[in-house]
Parts: sequence; C-alpha cells; structure tokens
Amino acid sequence: MSYLLKRIAFYLFTAWAAITINFFVPRLIPGDPVQALITKSRGQMTTEAVQSLYVLFGLDKDESVIEQYFRYWGQLLRGDLGLSFTFFPSPVADVIGDGLPWTVGLVGITTVVGFLIGTAAGTVVGWRRGSWADLLIPVTTFVSSIPYFWLGLIAITLLTGRGSFFPASGAYDTGLVPGWDWEFIGSTLRYGLLPAATILISSMSGWILSMRNMMVTVASEDYVTVAHAKGLSERRVMVGYAARNALLPNVSGFALSLGFIVGGTLLVEIVFSYPGLGLQLFQAVGAKDYPLMQGIFLIITLSVLLANFLADVAYLVLDPRTRREG
Amino acid sequence: MAVVPTTAAVTPVKRRKPRFVANPKATTGLALMGFFVLMAVIGPWIAPYDPSERSSDLLQPPSGKHWFGTTHLGQDIFSQVLVGTRSVMLVGLIAGVVATVLAVLVGVTSGYLSGAGAEGLSALSNVFLVIPALPLIIIITSTLPDTGNITIALVIGFTSWAWGARVLRAQTLSLRRRDYVEAARATGESTWRIILFEIMPNLTAVIASGFVGTVIFAVISEITLAFIGVSDAGGWNWGTVLFWAQSQQALAQGAWWWFVPAGLAIALLGTALSLVNFGIDEFVSPRLRGGGKTRVKTADGRTVRMRVGFTPVLGEEAK
Repeated sequence: MSYLLKRIAFYLFTAWAAITINFFVPRLIPGDPVQALITKSRGQMTTEAVQSLYVLFGLDKDESVIEQYFRYWGQLLRGDLGLSFTFFPSPVADVIGDGLPWTVGLVGITTVVGFLIGTAAGTVVGWRRGSWADLLIPVTTFVSSIPYFWLGLIAITLLTGRGSFFPASGAYDTGLVPGWDWEFIGSTLRYGLLPAATILISSMSGWILSMRNMMVTVASEDYVTVAHAKGLSERRVMVGYAARNALLPNVSGFALSLGFIVGGTLLVEIVFSYPGLGLQLFQAVGAKDYPLMQGIFLIITLSVLLANFLADVAYLVLDPRTRREG
Repeated sequence: MAVVPTTAAVTPVKRRKPRFVANPKATTGLALMGFFVLMAVIGPWIAPYDPSERSSDLLQPPSGKHWFGTTHLGQDIFSQVLVGTRSVMLVGLIAGVVATVLAVLVGVTSGYLSGAGAEGLSALSNVFLVIPALPLIIIITSTLPDTGNITIALVIGFTSWAWGARVLRAQTLSLRRRDYVEAARATGESTWRIILFEIMPNLTAVIASGFVGTVIFAVISEITLAFIGVSDAGGWNWGTVLFWAQSQQALAQGAWWWFVPAGLAIALLGTALSLVNFGIDEFVSPRLRGGGKTRVKTADGRTVRMRVGFTPVLGEEAK
C-alpha cells in the first residue's frame, strides 16, 4: 500500500506545482489585461468580478505576492476561475463545464482504446518478427510522425462533403436538443466517429512500436524458452508469458505519455470544431482570453494527473511485485 | 560482444563502413535529415517568389508556375514551405540543444549523486513529465510579449527536458555501481572526472536518441503553436501555412494543395528523425534489428523458423 500512498503524495505535489505555475504565468503579461476587458465590457462588470480578475492576474498592487498567492488559492478552492473574456459574462468554470464532457468522451475513450489496440497489435508484430508483420513498422513510423491535426484535415477533405455520411464539424446535429434519447446519442456517435478514428490511427502507432520492441526483448528470456519447452501452445506462450511481462513498461509508458497525447488530441477538436476543451483553448488563444486559458490548463493538468493515478492502479494490479508488503 | 581477431592487422582489410551508417534505417533518416538541413540553409535563396508577395493568381491549383499552387492572396505556397523550413529547423535545433543540456545536467546529476538534492531533481523531472507540455507551452507563449523563433525554441526547450532526464537518470543509476566505475573511484578519480570521462561516454547513445526525440517534439510543438495562431504571424514556417489554410477555409474551397505539402513536409521530417532514432536503438540493442533469413532446414529435413532472441525448441510436433 505504501507504493500507492507515495504516488498519491507525488500527484498532490505535482498538482500544487501546476497551480503555482498557473499563478505565476499571468504575472508575465505586460500591461493591464483586466483594464482592457473592463473597457470592452462597457461597464457591465460588477465590482466583485473585477476584483476576482485582479486577484487572478496579480494586479492588486496593495498586496504582497504571498498574500496574493493565498487569496488565489482561496478563490480556486471556491471554484472561482474568473470570468471568460470570449464568452463574457460567463464564469470560466461554467464554460469549462460545457466543454469537459465532450473532451473526456472523445479523448478519454480514444486514448484508452488506442492503447489497447496498439498494444495488441504490437504483441503480434513483435512475436512474428521477420515475417510480413515487419512491414507494418515503416508504416507506423510514418503515421506516428504526422501531427494529429493534419491527419484530421486530410480526413475531412477525403471523407466529408456533400452527401457524405461523416459530418465535417460539430459534435451533434444542431437541429437536435441534447438529451439522453436514441436520436441524440446516434447523432453524437456519427459526429464523433471521424475525430475518434483520426486520434486512434495516430495514437495507436506509437504503442505498436513500443510494444513490439518490448516483446522482442522479452522473447529471449529464459522463461519464454521454458514455456516453449513445456509444449505450451504458441498462443499461450505469447499472451500469458511474453506479453504479460512486456506489458508492464508499456503501461508505465502510457501513464507518462498521457500529457503528450492529450495535448495532441486537443488539436483534433480544433480541426473538427468539436466543442470540447481544445476548441475552447483555441478560441481563448485567439481572443487573448487569459482566465479561460489558465482554467483549461488547470483542468487538463488535473485530469491528466487523475488518469496517471488510474494507470498506476492498473500497474499495481498487473504487477504482483509492486504489491509485496515491506 | 564481438571479439575482433587481432590478426586482422597483418593483411590489409578493406575498411568497413561504421556500423551506424551501415544500418539502412539510419542511412535513410540521415539522408532525409541532410536534405531538410540543406533546405533550411538555402531555402530562402532558391525560393522562386517572396512568400508574402501577393499576385493576381488567386487560389490556383499546382502548376508549372506555382508548384504547390497559390493562396487566397496569390502567394506562392512552394516558396512559403521552402522559406519556412529554416524556422522549423532552427527551433527544433535550439530547443533540442537546450532540452538535452538540461536533461543531461538533471538526469546524470540525480542519477550519480545521492541525497536530498538528487531526489529533489528526480521529483522535479517527474513533475515536468506529468504536466501536459503542450497546453503549458501554449499558455506561456501566449502571455509573452515577443513570440519570435528564439523565444518559442527556449520555451519548448525549458519545458520538454524531463523525458530525457528520466531516461538518463535510470541509465546512470545502472552504471554507477559497475566495476569499472568502482575501479575509477578506487584509483582516486574525482567525482566530476568519473561523471565526464567514465559515465558520459556510455550514455552517448541515450543522449543522442533523447536529442532526436526532443527535436521531433519541438518541431511538432512549434508547428502547432503557429497553427493555432500563438506565434508571430509575420515569419513563415509550416505551421503558419497551415494556419492560413485553416483560417481561410481552404478545406471548404477544396484547396487541398494549401495544406498537403506543409503536412507532408512535417511527416517526412518526423519520419527522418524517427528513423535516425531507430538506427540508434538498433545500434545499441542489436536484438531490435529486423530479422534476416528466418527459415532454416534442420538435419532431418524439417524447416524451422529461426527468430533472433528465441531459442528454438524442437519437439515431435514443432511448428
């Protein structure tokens, strides 16, 4: 159990570090972004909202940095991330609340499914080295070097258009009212298919390569030879002996590269105008909407930390050695 | 572990190519890389047009006059891609060097030394590893007043060293108790001499592959930043081309030539770098090399598929 506790302590520390970075970055902005917003909103902002923005940006000159830091934490704990400039006058927390389910649905599911398919394919490719399966390697190398968003652009050009089954943008038919009825769910699936396929294809190839390399390394271990010598079926040796051990580094690799994958997949949302956090981040960057950018960065980081923690738990289940007490 | 017979010195042997270059993957990768470096140097001189110059050929498909077609303002896309190569390579190189230097400093120090400082450095690299780098880079660059090539390269370099540091630390940890290091310590070599002359040479391959990996990441990050419109729109790079293609609805107008060349260039550069990295991996760990001839006849006339790393088990019903 001490392993898990150590990990939790580490994630709490990282969360603290991310929040602290988030506190200091806006202090690099030259000028007074809040003043610009107040001018833009033509007096529609309440004094409270203005005050909250001043705390976020550290423009309250009467306080020391330490005081500002504690006030910032106080505000965060109350869920107050300031007001969004782009979606004025909605609070950032509400805007993120709208986008988060779409991103979790799209990016979350495709990342996990991509890892599973890629690992399975890598197992086979690594096991059958020196056969036709090796041809897959140059292909996957090429595919994994393509930026996610560009693959999305190509998919849109080739597969969408008038009369095509795949819509080019959005997350559901705009004529429908979001709800839990079959028509809406069907429409969501249809709109999500192409972005999901794009993410799957690009994220899978990395897992194929790393799993293949691990399989090749593991295949020469003595226990694999013993398993063969015992007369176990090829399939059983591959899955139960080689893959089971090759999987471990891949799982920890998965945890470590989550941050990277999530960054890439957010861009797919931009290309497909999928209403998740990625698209909001894009809009925020375009409008210099600092509170929204900060809020999105914070939420993405916290989600990645949570996902990392889940991957750690999976590792704990897969590798009995980490469960040993003492 | 090949033991080279020393008698080879007697008869003049034809010098073999260095093994790294003999690897076809590495050679292909290096050749492609060389091409891109050449384009980065001479690109702006050989570009047929000024990339920002407008002309009356609006949104033309590729032709003899404009190899990659033109934009909505009549700018020549071939020139844009060519001129943009320099910025892409420059940012990749600077970010790669910065991140590699940081990774070596943090990774080797935290791996070789022990104590609270080393633990702290290791924790620091783990923190940077887990925080999603791209969103972090986006929020930092969009708050900076100046977003030229150098600034972006530095931001990317300072945020993407953690992976290399982690790998280097693990490798250093496994080296520090090897006999030859112990021997060096016993003869009274100073800590810095051991790190620089005993440990570092054995980390060369890891450092090199970390560098290549960071360059890939930096290139993709820079292009992404330009694509979402964070970086300076005045300079050209492949991401800027894609940014204009996206914002001017190139897709809706069917102008595929607007974004296909830049994307292919990115994919080719990425492939070249990954191939170099595979070359390094296979150089270090020969097991990863692709199999050669794999079907072998045994004495009793059966065929066995030999696989590197596997010990073939021949039974009554060997497959």
